[in-house]
Amino acid sequence: MVNNLKAKPKQVDCTEDSIIVDGISKRFGKIQALDNVSLNVKEGIVFSLLGPNGSGKTTLIRILTTLLIPDGGNARVGGFDVRKNAASIRPIIGLAGQYPAVDEDLTGKENLEMIGQLYHLGNLKSRIRTGELLEVFELSDAGNRRVKTYSGGMRRRLDLAATLVAEPSILFLDEPTTGLDPRSRFGLWDVISKQTENCKTVFLTTQYLEEADRLADKIAIMENGKIIRIGTPEELKGCCGGETRVKMRLVDHGQTAKAVELLRELGKDQINSISETGDISLPADGGASILSDVVRRLDAGGIQLAELGLAQPTLDDVFLAITGHAAENPANTTLKSKK
Amino acid sequence: MMKKMSATFSDIMVMTKRNVIRYIRLPQLLVFNAMLNVVLLLLFNYVFGGAIQKGGISYIQYFLPGFLAQTVVFGSTQTSVGIAEDLSKGLIDRFRSLPMARPAFLTGRVIADGIRYALLILLMLGVGAAAGFRFENGLVPVIAAIALVILFGIALTWVGVFIGISVKNQETAQVAGFVWVFPLVFASSLYVPIATMPVWLQHFANVNPVTSMAGTIRALFLGSNLAAGGASLGKYLWQILVWDAGIMLVFIPLSIRRYVQLAK
Repeated sequence: MVNNLKAKPKQVDCTEDSIIVDGISKRFGKIQALDNVSLNVKEGIVFSLLGPNGSGKTTLIRILTTLLIPDGGNARVGGFDVRKNAASIRPIIGLAGQYPAVDEDLTGKENLEMIGQLYHLGNLKSRIRTGELLEVFELSDAGNRRVKTYSGGMRRRLDLAATLVAEPSILFLDEPTTGLDPRSRFGLWDVISKQTENCKTVFLTTQYLEEADRLADKIAIMENGKIIRIGTPEELKGCCGGETRVKMRLVDHGQTAKAVELLRELGKDQINSISETGDISLPADGGASILSDVVRRLDAGGIQLAELGLAQPTLDDVFLAITGHAAENPANTTLKSKK
Repeated sequence: MMKKMSATFSDIMVMTKRNVIRYIRLPQLLVFNAMLNVVLLLLFNYVFGGAIQKGGISYIQYFLPGFLAQTVVFGSTQTSVGIAEDLSKGLIDRFRSLPMARPAFLTGRVIADGIRYALLILLMLGVGAAAGFRFENGLVPVIAAIALVILFGIALTWVGVFIGISVKNQETAQVAGFVWVFPLVFASSLYVPIATMPVWLQHFANVNPVTSMAGTIRALFLGSNLAAGGASLGKYLWQILVWDAGIMLVFIPLSIRRYVQLAK
């Protein structure tokens, strides 16, 4: 387990709103990508949009980074209107999209210097920042190699370095760790959590509850273009099944309803179940001893278990708790419970 | 205002440098493109040269000047492909999120392509000379002619930019280029005198910018050699300049508009 990344000095002077989203809507053909979304982000914090693929996270980031004009509603970033003052927003933001946006035919160094010049830092400052960032992201040795030869993790690091060249006051990261191995992910978390110094803001999207929990001071859960819940990680855990859970799968999914009845007699509420698969989960607030209670209770009822264990909650547990159904996305990898 | 202009200029130079570096690092495209032009030049000279009547001068003297125009016409279709390729990658989002001047991304590409045309033209002149082409009008007109071809290439490149940013797909961009390029090149005075064509086609060929470009280069390369049919500075120079200006006045604003509208 990594350390609590949010254990950092509190920043008392950061009081302004760095992002204000007011009733933003966006439609692509028949798909309502964003439906009247509103939220406020204070400066100096990490804010996370949490939701499955297709929930509208990327669309919102694209609107806030001036890449996309909303159909309705408005938003302000760093005090500037995304519709009227896009040119004033661009110098103060940094964006890392879902896929590394670096030029494969240039070297790592050339990429960063190019970005610095396009932020109008001047040649000297661009070179100095490039050197610093290559160092920080452990790319100094690879700086003169073409990005084509970089591994996936190196590209991600270079991509993140590129967003930091001009020391932007608001950083937008769209699923920054998707596709990374655990070690690279922890490394990146470490870097991201350090980006809120001097009242800088980090706005990130993720599909992983664990990631939002580790990094974010505030989390907004999105589904189908709507924000369905906003709160601190603690609030969400308390309300919405975000704590460690007992997870089981029945041999016969036809017995799901009966099993839920039996488990309720253990004095538990917040029992989630999917009758199509025979998956059931409930809070493990009694510690590991609850496992034996579950086994005894179900055994007495003649219900056989295929799997049983304690597990970290997933995004899907939170969705089940809030909406009563699984996140609507067939390709959603978070549906698989972590073993 | 001055600061904004110098920032715009700097952005354009940064983007030009990026494209030039890519051309140097990925020479295959340039090399095969150059080879294609060399092969075409030699084929047209030796296969058709004997059969085509061109009024008393050797065929290479007649068609090489226009061939330079063809080189930049074909070259501009690659711009469409390159722009479409850039748009299909995540990098364009980063560029658009940066405080870079809006025209810089496209203009940098166009200038890099102008440099590419200059190299191609010099290569074609070298191959042409080996195949028997001779200048007959001194150095200054030759340099002026080369500059005019590059200008023509840059104007057409804006058409290529517009196609690339409109179709946004590399394969489509490739095919879309062929549609307008072939009539432009062949229904002109480039390979044969216009008088040999059916009357309805002559009408098109007479106003075709490739005819104006070929006529201008012929006049500058060969002087007032009257035998060089279809060469007249007085007739063609203003035509090609009007074409260049007209194409750019239409396609630069259209292209930049499309770029800004990527946010729609």
